[in-house]
Amino acid sequence: MPAVLETRGLDKHFGGIVAANQVSLAIQKGARHALIGPNGAGKTTVVNLLTGVLRPTAGQILLDGNDISDLPPHQRVRLGIARTFQINQLFADLTPIETLGLAISERLGRGRDWWRIVGSDPAVTAEISDLIERFRLGDVMRERTGILPYGKQRLLEIALAIACKPRVLLLDEPAAGVPEGERHEILATVEALPKDVTVLLIEHDMDIIFSFADRISVLVNGALFVEGEPDEVARDPRVRAVYLGEAFDA
Amino acid sequence: MALAADSPPLAAEVTGFLTRRARWSLLEIAFWLLALASIWVFPSKHLILTEICIWAMFALSLDLILGYAGIISLGHAAFFGFGAFAAGLAAKYGYIQEPVIALVVAGLLAAALGFATSFLVLRGSDLTRLMVTFGVALVLSEIANKFSDITGGADGLQGIEIKPVLGRFQFDLYGHTGYVYALIVLFLMFVLARRVVRSPFGLSLQAIKGNALRSSAVGIAVNWRLVAIYTLAAGYAGLAGAVLAQTQQFASLEMFSIDRSADVLLILIIGGTGYLYGGLIGALIYRFAQDFLSDLSARYWQYWIGFVLIMMVLFGRVFGGILAALIIGVTVWFKLDTGTSLLITAATLLVLGVVREPLLKWTGSRWRRALAGLRRKPAGTSTGASHAGRA
Repeated sequence: MPAVLETRGLDKHFGGIVAANQVSLAIQKGARHALIGPNGAGKTTVVNLLTGVLRPTAGQILLDGNDISDLPPHQRVRLGIARTFQINQLFADLTPIETLGLAISERLGRGRDWWRIVGSDPAVTAEISDLIERFRLGDVMRERTGILPYGKQRLLEIALAIACKPRVLLLDEPAAGVPEGERHEILATVEALPKDVTVLLIEHDMDIIFSFADRISVLVNGALFVEGEPDEVARDPRVRAVYLGEAFDA
Repeated sequence: MALAADSPPLAAEVTGFLTRRARWSLLEIAFWLLALASIWVFPSKHLILTEICIWAMFALSLDLILGYAGIISLGHAAFFGFGAFAAGLAAKYGYIQEPVIALVVAGLLAAALGFATSFLVLRGSDLTRLMVTFGVALVLSEIANKFSDITGGADGLQGIEIKPVLGRFQFDLYGHTGYVYALIVLFLMFVLARRVVRSPFGLSLQAIKGNALRSSAVGIAVNWRLVAIYTLAAGYAGLAGAVLAQTQQFASLEMFSIDRSADVLLILIIGGTGYLYGGLIGALIYRFAQDFLSDLSARYWQYWIGFVLIMMVLFGRVFGGILAALIIGVTVWFKLDTGTSLLITAATLLVLGVVREPLLKWTGSRWRRALAGLRRKPAGTSTGASHAGRA
């Protein structure tokens, strides 16, 4: 199977700190790929490198075999890479309707349109209402995002990434901070994604990872440590050692 | 397929929600009808009303970048002065005889200058932008000063003769033509700005202001959008300056000054940012307040402006403004002399600054909630809320 997103020898240094060390990942088309690792392992750095928020110190990022290492974030979104953030990054003063409308207009190439009124395009409003229904945001769609309950904001965070109609979706701890009772709602929406959307999931919760992922990469100290099928990784004594915090000689 | 009839109710609701705010409300229509009526109702006030229109255009320009895109500027007068000199020079040396064409050209030139300098402004944070915009205004002012044989230098550009508008309407001494001219230009600028901020482009600006990181993560080319709005705003400021030069038949270095940049910021803060009418209402209040206060005391009128500003920060724009007006009203009512009223109000300020917290707490949570509703940006409510939480 061809890799849709691939990294080759990706390095990222912050001064003397090595946040990513020779990371070579290959994410297969349609995969449900999980990236796990202890705190500070560099998982979010990898996402930031993939989306263009950070520029790699060395190495390459390939989308469908094309080098995208030098493209700014917004151009990578247009090529089909979208992400969610570990800590909500939303527009506090906009409503969910406007937030989603914004992303959809951008995707349809209407973001530079300065003459038409927002909402005058039935294709855009149809998609907004579809997303609002899917993510059950109907009761709060007219409220300012800044005052929404955390669980609703988390749903909007994911809906906003979906609004970009990504081919590759990077989810940075989608259930982080969501109360136990509301987690299933977030996970259900992630599981309901079309099969042709490739998902890279960063998570801490092992239950989520093992119920969702068909492939797992373990990142430790910025470097890839182990990669394989979920049960392989689960059995791997080295992974257990890292997660149990035991000393381990490489 | 009958789209409208078949579209599910949710989609119709979404469309309704998004398009409702684009419609002209009765309040807006009333506002502009009043402005139109002022042509016949207050013919003796046309000179000051013209000035207000020009301030309103200028503040509208600043609102586009500050209120919608979050770009703060302390040198917006750079484009105002540039537009003024462009229109003034065009008329003085007879490059362009017809005022409307000269106006459009001045606006376009100011926009070009805005485009060129936008790349400097994009760099860095708010404080950097404050300094860079200020620097650009200083640089332009000194260039105009240096080439005094063309610009008139410190004496200003004198002896401009403005030809009749469209070859028919001559500017008169009482400012009747000037006012109608300025009002029409303001209205056209407003209609365009209103359209722009409610477009997908305008929405993307508000998104960038709210969260630039996420904006780029949904595919927005953040920097180019900021360049675009900065260019438009510079053009708007240039138009305002050009109208001033044309109606006064004069342009001076003062038009580049930091005082002018600061005044327009003040006007926008008084009127409120991010809804376009703020600059218009702010200009009205500021200019008439200036008139009233300088009648009160010609030398110390800025004291009162400062007083009002501090009150607005302490107690919110609307409530603080009303409170300040009441206090000023008391000093007028009791015919206090300037020295006494300055001392009394300065003492009042100090006391209010100290007792603000307990005062707001004492007035109760219901009253505070009403206050927070009046304030668009509740600056001090976080501390208020934490008090409420503890109580």
